[in-house]
Amino acid sequence: MNHHNNSENNEKNIELDNEGKLKTFFNKDITTKRMNHRILLDKVGKKLFSVSILFALLILVILFYRIGVQSIGWLDLQFLTSNLSIFPEKAGIFGVLIGSFLLMVVVIPVTLLLGISTAIYLEEYAKKGRFQAFVDINISNLAGVPSVIFGLLGLTVFGRLLNLGSSILAGGLTLSLLVLPIIVAAGQEAIRAVPGFLRDGAYAMGATKWTTVRTVVLPSALPGILTGSILAVSRAIGETAPLVVLGIPALILRVPNSLMSDFTALPIQIYYWTLDTVLTPEYANMAAATIVVLLVLLFLLNSVAIVIRNKYQRRY
Amino acid sequence: MSESNHVRDIIRNNIKHRNNRLEIIMPKLFLIAGSISIFTTIGIVLTLLIDAYHFFEQVPIREIFSTKLAPLGVNPSFGILPLINGTIITSLIAMIVAVPVGLTAAMYLSEFSSENTRKIIKPIMEVLAGIPTIVYGFFAYSFVTPLLMKLIPTLEPKNALSPGIVMGIMIIPLVTSLSEDAMSSVPNDMREGALALGSTRLEVTLKVVIPAAISGIMASFVLAISRAIGETMIVTIASGSSKNFTLDITQSMQTMTAYIVEFTSGDAGIGTGYYSLYAVGLVLFIFTLMMNLLSRYISRKYREEY
Repeated sequence: MNHHNNSENNEKNIELDNEGKLKTFFNKDITTKRMNHRILLDKVGKKLFSVSILFALLILVILFYRIGVQSIGWLDLQFLTSNLSIFPEKAGIFGVLIGSFLLMVVVIPVTLLLGISTAIYLEEYAKKGRFQAFVDINISNLAGVPSVIFGLLGLTVFGRLLNLGSSILAGGLTLSLLVLPIIVAAGQEAIRAVPGFLRDGAYAMGATKWTTVRTVVLPSALPGILTGSILAVSRAIGETAPLVVLGIPALILRVPNSLMSDFTALPIQIYYWTLDTVLTPEYANMAAATIVVLLVLLFLLNSVAIVIRNKYQRRY
Repeated sequence: MSESNHVRDIIRNNIKHRNNRLEIIMPKLFLIAGSISIFTTIGIVLTLLIDAYHFFEQVPIREIFSTKLAPLGVNPSFGILPLINGTIITSLIAMIVAVPVGLTAAMYLSEFSSENTRKIIKPIMEVLAGIPTIVYGFFAYSFVTPLLMKLIPTLEPKNALSPGIVMGIMIIPLVTSLSEDAMSSVPNDMREGALALGSTRLEVTLKVVIPAAISGIMASFVLAISRAIGETMIVTIASGSSKNFTLDITQSMQTMTAYIVEFTSGDAGIGTGYYSLYAVGLVLFIFTLMMNLLSRYISRKYREEY
């Protein structure tokens, strides 16, 4: 192919050169060479970029595989139903699960109430102006504040000022403030997606503002709000740093029975067991087993969110 | 006549009764809820400022800039430089991992892959992004560190390298999704123009799409730095608590976040050590706030509108 091209090219060149002037604008030889080079680069680039994706996938597979292998033999019914113990073979995470569950009993109502109200206020009631812009910027900055700092806030305000100590209530309120920006952002987006003609329709029938919000805007924004809320809750379940900063004790053998009890939750237990693997290697297996429980929980939550998103989200 | 007036009155009363109160009360309730976020910010700033002030009452500001950090002991010293050093080095390692991988992955997703591949890859990236950091911490400590120790025999069990790399992996989805968003919003006309002039896909990506999306891409990098600086559990678990001022990434280093965790989970009590948490927290808060504002500024200021 190349040979053929070359000879044709040469002939052409000779023909044109007969007049003593160079009439060709380009040398096909060089151009073909350059073009091939560029096409090669393009192919190499594409391959290289896809390697990055494969790298990310590989890490994910290794992570799940490693943790799965380490949890084998430890993750059984006894592990889920018995309480913490200083003996690895007897220990279970029943109390830890209850701790995480009670945390969510605080986080879910508080964040839903505050988050959705804030979103409604910003989207439906606030005048588009300085105050609204200020609240907007404030919320997006809050979303970027490291979670440890929320821990310090919780320690000072809930733990010491309101004297809640390191109770479930203190932990739950701290986590609520942490994930609030997520729900607000999701709520705002969902409310914004409700088309104006639905509101206009309600007003035309004589509905007042609040009636419109309650009966028209909120129901059609609900799937979006729920999806965002589930994502916020799954963030809260996996969050460790603020709870550790609140000063949750390392070993709690009692199952928490009220919102004022001291407690431990899944991520905290993983943290303490990982720290103690130096002393007791079995703790690594228990941490891995707890991670599996946490990841399964997160997976279930996210699946619910995806189902809601796909099934109920309407497009106008 | 009077009958219809009566009906009108009933309706009017009904409407008044049913709606008026809620109509006035609800916006106020919403406003109160909305201002909680402002109070949270005020709360954070006040908490940090007040207790950091107590700290500076007891410790001269000059001491902060020393490289010696020994909060406990007979002669406590509160130089923050080792912590800032640890934070910057682990974040730097994370960025060295996250930027090339994240950006090229975004380039692949936005410019080279088919719609179907994207539909598979994006949820997987979301899964990576949704994994709690404590899990990454466990992974760094129990898998990556032993692996690296085989390659680098002098590596200590707690070091800056392993958490840095894992933190980078954690940040990849953030860089990828934000950069991909920026690149996808470059209008197709520009790509087609370049393709029509004979550019290859790679040339379109490097010379047209990336320059057009550069503000979004840079903003994603800055956000990634902010995330790395504020990341806590990975460095706490895998980087340890050595307060040495060193550049050797095979050794243990402490970051600002890890310092806060170490001190609160132990018995900090009330004292200079306890207040030092808030001083460190304040520095950390200022660092991340500046990064977040910078990211916002970049994406606003240098955004090209099409």
